[in-house]
Amino acid sequence: MQFYASPEQIMRDRAEYARKNIARGRNAVVLSCADGVLFVTENVSTALHKVSEIYDRIGFAAVGRYNEFENLRRAGVRMADLNGYSYDRRDVTGRALANAYAQTLGAIFTDQTKPFEVEICVAEVGTTLQADELYKITYDGSVEDYPSGVLAMGGQADAIVSNIREDHRPDEPLATALRLAIRGLSSIGGEGGGNRTVSTPQLEVAVLDRRRTGRTFRRITGAALAGLLDQPAPPAEPEPEQPEPEQPPGGPAAGGPDGAGGSDQPGGTA
Amino acid sequence: MFTDAGTSSFTQFLSLAAPELLPGRRPLPAGAAGEFAPHGTTIVALVCTGGVVMAGDRRATMGNLIAARDIEKVHAADPYSLVGIAGTAGVGIEMVRLFQVELEHYEKIEGAMLSLDGKANRLATMIRGNLGAAMQGLAVVPIYGGFDLAAGDPEQAGRIFSFDVAGGLYEETGFDAIGSGSVFARSALKKRYRPGVSVDEAVRLAVEALYDAADDDTATGGPDRTRKIYPVVMTATAEGTRKLSEAEAAAVGEAVVAARMENPGG
Repeated sequence: MQFYASPEQIMRDRAEYARKNIARGRNAVVLSCADGVLFVTENVSTALHKVSEIYDRIGFAAVGRYNEFENLRRAGVRMADLNGYSYDRRDVTGRALANAYAQTLGAIFTDQTKPFEVEICVAEVGTTLQADELYKITYDGSVEDYPSGVLAMGGQADAIVSNIREDHRPDEPLATALRLAIRGLSSIGGEGGGNRTVSTPQLEVAVLDRRRTGRTFRRITGAALAGLLDQPAPPAEPEPEQPEPEQPPGGPAAGGPDGAGGSDQPGGTA
Repeated sequence: MFTDAGTSSFTQFLSLAAPELLPGRRPLPAGAAGEFAPHGTTIVALVCTGGVVMAGDRRATMGNLIAARDIEKVHAADPYSLVGIAGTAGVGIEMVRLFQVELEHYEKIEGAMLSLDGKANRLATMIRGNLGAAMQGLAVVPIYGGFDLAAGDPEQAGRIFSFDVAGGLYEETGFDAIGSGSVFARSALKKRYRPGVSVDEAVRLAVEALYDAADDDTATGGPDRTRKIYPVVMTATAEGTRKLSEAEAAAVGEAVVAARMENPGG
């Protein structure tokens, strides 16, 4: 026996299904900062990544169902490499990739019985802060860009953004941005919706390093991550007379990505 | 197609998505075509302590003409390995580009690099695919070398591989050379190379060998002091690949020329 369901009802059901399942997972935060674009998420697995490299200056982060966003990530790498090979490496842009993802997710949302239960972020690091591009693409193919440089994904993305937006300064160094991102992630999901503690081993952190040429994506793990977190917070009110230091206290790249103990080999993403 | 579970190989993906972009897939008219396209010439590669050194002269020839004086035939294939090409320059450069994307693509998709042997096998497959064109004069023969991240002793981690036109893959011990001047370069290295040379010594040996190749082979270019064009020299060590700057390459080239002023035979 056939039942009639209105298109509104079908779309509402699909959207609710996707939203509900996305909300069950952990959140992710993407921040634009002086040193580049920072990705921070909670991930109990060290082998299955939620944050990855797509191309020279483009990174990818996702929340939701792993097999679905992994499929999208591979598609993105293929598209970027194909375009870079056919034209030039400079012709691969985050905007084109975000559009392609929007098309793909939109088509899946309307055509298939089950939408993808994912939210993904495509971020491109510019040579200047103003040139950074952050895009969020949701399960129904809607795409949004975040010129503010603060982007969160997951069930409580809005709450996280409103908790950290006020304190975000785009020109702050990596260590400060990392602390802010962790504060955002830990500001929700605790007892009665309050704060909780996010442990360092559960963090997956990566950065698109603004000053690098070629492949800019690097994971920050192990001792490099600990070193970054241990850096003293810069004074809240810097003395205006003092010359502004090029680097935050603790040295270049916030002591982190290049430091010993990181997983990184040159250009490596392992 | 983009979202297929599919493969981690860019070449294989390309064969589905854009087969016209693959070398070796294009129909060629009958007859030899080799004389119409510029040819790249001599490349040498040496194993040294802690890595490999690869150097190539800058000349491309077209029959009896010099097609280019400043072509670059040695490239970084990925952060830890180097590839040099001799033979038809156009096909070779396309192959190097494809090989670079292939290695990077695999690394991004899988989250881990291929092994050095895996990379060499991949390159051999590409050469094999070019056999038809090679039979008509558009042959490409690469040389490949790199720092093996899986090696137990980083001092001994440098390895080099040579190829034949049919895609045969052979690991070389110590040193090897390819291209028209390779006979002379290899002879020079045979006399002067010894295992365990340092990186700097290997750089000097490589440039000396290219000088000897240019001395006896018209298709190999020697140091061009009037135009300040010197061989491209690259190293692959635990720190990654590095190309000697113009100034560094010029210093080595000048030193070799100065030494030959005293003793032309080296």
